[in-house]
Amino acid sequence: MTQPELDPVLEAEFQPDVTGDGPVISARDVRVWYGTTRGAIRAVDGVSFDLAPGETLGLVGESGCGKSTLGRGLMGLLPAGAKRDGEVRFRGEDVLTMSPRDAHRLRGSQLGMIFQEPMTRLNPLLRVSAHFEEAIRQHEPKLPKREVTQRALDALRMMGIPPTRYRSYPHEFSGGMRQRLMIALALVLRPAFIVADEPTTALDVLVEAQIVQILNDLRRDFRTSLLLITHNVGIVAEACDRVAVMYAGRIVEQGRVADVFAAPQHPYTRELLRSTISLRTTGLNFIPGSPPDLIDPPPGCRFAPRCPQAMAVCATTDPITIERPGGGQVECWAVGPTDLIPAGGTARLQQEELAVADEA
Amino acid sequence: MPTKPDLIDVRDLSVHFGLRGGTLGRLVGRDAGVVRAVDGISVTLREGEVLGLVGESGSGKSTFGRALLGLAPATSGTIGFDGADLTSMSRSELRALRQSIQMVFQDPSAALNPSMTVAEAVGDALRVHGMKSSVERRERVVEALERVGLSPVQLFLDKYPRDLSGGQKQRVVLARAIVMGPRVLVADEPISMLDMSVRAKILQLMLDLKQDLGLSYVYITHDLASAKFFCDRIAIMYLGRIVEIGDTEEIFANPRHPYTKALLRAAPDPDPARAVAKDLPRGEVPDAAVPPLGCSFHPRCPEAVAQCGWEARDLRTLLETHWTRRTPEEYDAESAAVGSLDALARPDTSVHVGRGGADAVRSILDRIRDEEPDEPLWRGVADVTDDGAGVRVDFHPGVDPALRRAGGVDVACVLYPDDSPDDSAGG
Repeated sequence: MTQPELDPVLEAEFQPDVTGDGPVISARDVRVWYGTTRGAIRAVDGVSFDLAPGETLGLVGESGCGKSTLGRGLMGLLPAGAKRDGEVRFRGEDVLTMSPRDAHRLRGSQLGMIFQEPMTRLNPLLRVSAHFEEAIRQHEPKLPKREVTQRALDALRMMGIPPTRYRSYPHEFSGGMRQRLMIALALVLRPAFIVADEPTTALDVLVEAQIVQILNDLRRDFRTSLLLITHNVGIVAEACDRVAVMYAGRIVEQGRVADVFAAPQHPYTRELLRSTISLRTTGLNFIPGSPPDLIDPPPGCRFAPRCPQAMAVCATTDPITIERPGGGQVECWAVGPTDLIPAGGTARLQQEELAVADEA
Repeated sequence: MPTKPDLIDVRDLSVHFGLRGGTLGRLVGRDAGVVRAVDGISVTLREGEVLGLVGESGSGKSTFGRALLGLAPATSGTIGFDGADLTSMSRSELRALRQSIQMVFQDPSAALNPSMTVAEAVGDALRVHGMKSSVERRERVVEALERVGLSPVQLFLDKYPRDLSGGQKQRVVLARAIVMGPRVLVADEPISMLDMSVRAKILQLMLDLKQDLGLSYVYITHDLASAKFFCDRIAIMYLGRIVEIGDTEEIFANPRHPYTKALLRAAPDPDPARAVAKDLPRGEVPDAAVPPLGCSFHPRCPEAVAQCGWEARDLRTLLETHWTRRTPEEYDAESAAVGSLDALARPDTSVHVGRGGADAVRSILDRIRDEEPDEPLWRGVADVTDDGAGVRVDFHPGVDPALRRAGGVDVACVLYPDDSPDDSAGG
């Protein structure tokens, strides 16, 4: 479908009430553990970032790096048995310490979520109309029915779903339409912040590009802040303002997409970009070895055993988060700070040879 | 041009699946229709070649791949392998054939039996094909595992799939595929479930195996980037047909079919400097049970012309899209004048629309046209005449384009008329 042109009145109505210019979401030293019989898995281990109004932050990393756990942790949607720590402020309010009742009130109306598999998130027995009515009534029980319908239809029209389909069932929609339904459902309550967890991974090439375009328009048209979780650096390049690269539970580098992708500072970012197969690939590159065990991660930098630039200091001392040359943050001894590296720390690290036995 | 002989020669292959329909429909013997998953495909695979089948889900690429192993029954057409026709083989003949053609599946976790060790999984194929000596089997298994880089082999032989990483599992799947010494591997999205940093490794392994064992590949994927790197020749598939086929270089340097162009534009690029607003085709892959008239891609095609097969369902989509841009009041008024869209659900080239009077309907259509005069559908409208309480819209008859030679590749699109009538389609 072609993108619907928005009428200005409707657009204004859908603006989330953004107060001030401070960050919408501010995460500081967020940690999430999962208990197992072997010990605690440190899935997210001290992550900090800010998200400004209308900004899209791409959270990119490979499976097991903790990116989905982080997304759910921000929403308070972790499974039982998961522990979290740190501070997540939504417009100054700490969401990690608030009561379950308050958190529930915030979810949906202020914090939205878009999942990977739309079909598993829609109730096959309920019409589209019922999904929207339930979502709206949860948060605004007193809204007259006419207005509920109106608001639902507006959200659907913005996603290019015609009003003729309002009474249809989820199975009557194609995959791309379902994902647009999910986005409309997340938008109908006009949240200020949305987490989208691999929203295009289950979709076809062309439909994926359509959804990326829709997400792109979101930030422009509604000033919605978006955390876009993906393993695809191509999607980040096309849909995000800033990028945070995650490895083994840590954000190892973050900054503006154009800066980070043009001049990656962290060796993992560089190797991840190099190993991505794109239309301009002329040779194959890959990262030897696999990410560390998160129950008992290696001391120092977690990427050191695989890092082509690893130094002696990397295997003993945690890297320090520093300002990234060109803006943003990075944590890597090869970037700095040099004055804190102990004597002899810059010697080449003797790494164990990585065979297929260790590969991801 | 071909110096190597053809290994697989597929002629006009169709794989149709009958739909079950409702219980009542079956009782009264009503035909629920067929899905033409593969609809008349001709293609060859040369010795030592990597042929890519690229398309979105529903394009029939996986069904085609399965048909090459006799795993999906051919409705018509032939699959020649080594002079024999695979479509007329018995089960036991097919089993013997699978020593020569093997398959690599997308999801290595689903392709491996969780209760079999690596040694059992790889050795099972040998046992099925009649190798009785377990010592001999072990030898071949070890050799295959070493070949795919799972060494030291002793570390892996007794492991279960759950002990392995995604990349290691896909290596086991590849070991199982090569253990019989096949000549052709049909690889269905072999790297798309893997992490970015592992994909290149598995692709490199497949290249090494090709080199070392003289394999030929049919590489099935939706990912143009890996196809560009890996394939010698590429067939772009859409709704059961090949719409463009030719040498990889030529396809990427000069894409001709509008669908190929669209796929190339849509491929995500990790270079933020290149990321610009894209002119993407609308909609999605249509229902293969009732494909569009004419060219299957015409409802989404930005370059479509009068004879591409315009019909009632396209008009319905146009009206519905238009209504996403109207206010609720305008929508109520317009949908009252147009009435039910059910009449527009069938593939008709002459259709009655409206119940609020011919003038009212006509003015709605005119308004839509004024808003978007470049909409390709209008090129297909032959006539709009008054018809009772509405209007009758007549479309130009459509042409179903066949693959034709165009500048070194074959393209199925009316925009590319034949430039060498002697050359047969299918490359």
